[in-house]
Amino acid sequence: MTADNMTHGIDLDNLDRSQNDTRLEDEKLVISVENLNLFYGPTQALFDINMGIPEHKVTAFIGPSGCGKSTLLRCFNRMNDLVDICQVNGKITLDGQDIYSKKINVADLRRKVGMVFQKPNPFPKSIYENVAYGLRIQGIKDKRRLDESVEKALKGAALWDEVKDRMQENALGLSGGQQQRLVIARAIAIEPEVLLLDEPASALDPISTLKIEELIYELKKKYTIVIVTHNMQQAARVSDYTAFMYLGQMVEFKDTNTLFTNPSEKKTEDYITGRYG
Amino acid sequence: MDKLGEHISHQFDEELEDVRNLVMQMGGIVEQQLTDAIKALTDRDATLAEIVVTSDYKVNALEVQIDEECTQIIAKRQPAASDLRLVIAVIKTITDLERIGDEAERIGRMAMHFAESGADNKMITGIAHMGERALKILHDALDTFARMDADMAIEVARQDLKIDKQYESIMRELMTYMMEDPRSIPMVINMVWSARSLERIGDRARNICEYVIYLVKGKDVRHISLEQVERDARDYSQKHSGNNK
Repeated sequence: MTADNMTHGIDLDNLDRSQNDTRLEDEKLVISVENLNLFYGPTQALFDINMGIPEHKVTAFIGPSGCGKSTLLRCFNRMNDLVDICQVNGKITLDGQDIYSKKINVADLRRKVGMVFQKPNPFPKSIYENVAYGLRIQGIKDKRRLDESVEKALKGAALWDEVKDRMQENALGLSGGQQQRLVIARAIAIEPEVLLLDEPASALDPISTLKIEELIYELKKKYTIVIVTHNMQQAARVSDYTAFMYLGQMVEFKDTNTLFTNPSEKKTEDYITGRYG
Repeated sequence: MDKLGEHISHQFDEELEDVRNLVMQMGGIVEQQLTDAIKALTDRDATLAEIVVTSDYKVNALEVQIDEECTQIIAKRQPAASDLRLVIAVIKTITDLERIGDEAERIGRMAMHFAESGADNKMITGIAHMGERALKILHDALDTFARMDADMAIEVARQDLKIDKQYESIMRELMTYMMEDPRSIPMVINMVWSARSLERIGDRARNICEYVIYLVKGKDVRHISLEQVERDARDYSQKHSGNNK
């Protein structure tokens, strides 16, 4: 930087002077998406998506219903494979590996990329068994190791104190907010790299929602988180980066602070300020 | 800034429109206050000066009301992007407007003293001229706010430099009066205060222009030289017209 572009000690190349140190260019990307096009039968749902998910950060997808945000999220752990008519073109890599390559073991991929849905979906088993389930599938039988992992996961999901004395009770007896945190505990018990949250708080009351948001803040220290939400204020609160999608296209993707105070695209502005497009 | 459409919530549109109208109303009153204060000074009109001094409460009441409405909007609507910038710009603008009102009141007080004194009219020729400039920058700043015009805001902010220069020359002139005749010092001091008030009004009008730039462009241009503000705005519009192609 030369003295020419300094005035009153201010770096004028960066006039908006935002104090945040979150810059997408500086981030290490865990997932990167190149030229992704997705079709449900004849209908195209995603158009030329190019983006990256930064490591140990929270990335939020916002946009109106049907804009493709959940579809994009599901691409990250190949949940769309379950839809027969779905066809995916383009490239998605996780840690540099093409996840749509034939060599990829999908079960293995989903272990690395965990997912939590809108409605809590615990198994009709005990609280303990819900969290231990994934570990048992991995072949872990040692009781002590299971106990340790279950406790760690429940603590990670900020549920331990509420359930530690009732581990053998049926998980369906928990409140909605507790069930959702249990499902998150189940997802992090197998220590994934990435956690996909599809509307994780939309079925919860405001207090439970805040607990989930607090949890997301804690979880990002260890995991990379991608969250789909209809609640724009929630995206603004919890995320470091926000992507605004509209009609299957990624309209704008940048750091959350800028997107919510000074978006570049009119469509984004219209959406976040609640205007007609 | 592109012309934005209406909100899905018409009530929200109405609330924002209401706040903007109140700001314009407050600006109108402040402008009238300043006009009267300067007129009272130049015409040696003590009655008018007294009206100026006693009617500052209207401006204060509006400031409180607008602040309250902005608080309600933030609490209920959680404004984002340009809506948020509008609310922030309004809150800051009315603070400066209220202060301009205070300065007008101060000039009104000086006008009362001056009208009652036997001081020579030559003292106020410079100040009368500077007062016109201050009135113009205030008027233009409010116009800029009403139109949300960032280019105009840069032009208007520039007027403040002239006022600052004029302030310096008036100071030199007033000092010579004090040196010539020490008995005039009490009255000249009053003139110094008046000139100082006008100079501050220029600064505050410039602040309002800066809020308009922030509101329209989303860039905070406070404490940066005007040349840079201009250059940056140019870059911005170039970049933007590039996007539209």
